[in-house]
Amino acid sequence: MTAARKFVLVGVAVLVALGLGACGERDQVTVYKQGKYQGKPDTKPWDNDPAASPYPGSKWNKGEKTSWESAVKTRNLAQNEYTRAE
Amino acid sequence: MARMKFLCDAERCIECNGCVTACKNENEVPWGVNRRRVVTINDGVVGAEKSISVACMHCSDAPCMAVCPVDCFYRTDEGVVLHDKDLCIGCGYCFYACPFGAPQFPQAGAFGLRGKMDKCTFCAGGPEKDLSKEEWQKYGSNRLAQGKLPACAEMCSTKALLGGDGDVIADIYRQRVFKRGKGSEVWGWGTAYGKPDQKAAPAGAKS
Repeated sequence: MTAARKFVLVGVAVLVALGLGACGERDQVTVYKQGKYQGKPDTKPWDNDPAASPYPGSKWNKGEKTSWESAVKTRNLAQNEYTRAE
Repeated sequence: MARMKFLCDAERCIECNGCVTACKNENEVPWGVNRRRVVTINDGVVGAEKSISVACMHCSDAPCMAVCPVDCFYRTDEGVVLHDKDLCIGCGYCFYACPFGAPQFPQAGAFGLRGKMDKCTFCAGGPEKDLSKEEWQKYGSNRLAQGKLPACAEMCSTKALLGGDGDVIADIYRQRVFKRGKGSEVWGWGTAYGKPDQKAAPAGAKS
């Protein structure tokens, strides 16, 4: 078998493989599970670095939920003008 | 933390639309979409005119979530109802289900073309990397990730609109009602059923 013939055979084999691969069927739609959120996961607000914000607000320890909650609560209480006036 | 909620004090709201403007500005909401709006009843009737600022109420048992055919809604640990715009098909079911008219659809082009649903996010962004460009473009600002509360509530000039932990804002509102001596509108989970940190009254105790 000449080198040229081998080359042609390999080429044909590759083409056949690619052609058959293209005929394959794969899911093109999302498979929905009734009543379950199907979207992308979201990150938790307390997992962010408070210093990463361009306009930092409250300060908390990164990754600590209770720390974030207490920071937000402090900010929340600022909406009570009675305590601010006293 | 309990659940993030909004509470609008109809005795204080002066229909300035500052909350609407703050929301528009903070999230760069497109023309034709109002995540928040002020509703006034008895307009012009002296003594009877009341205004209230309305947006998504982040319901504990959200009807939008129940009717969505592609299940693109989710609730965060803080009780904020959000949705994934990559999944939304813009069918409008959530709009029909919502009692507050919160879901909005950008309209562009001919024949009333309806885009993907947009609604108040409690300034909590959406299911993209926090404070990323993608999150900003799809959902707007993520103030919770910066330790802040929704812009509409934080800038309300008369503090009619309160936003944050349901128990905290219920406490603020209760104190307000006691101070001004009117209004029996005190409500909220903590008011009705007691707070988780309150000890149950001993059996047989008189209240």
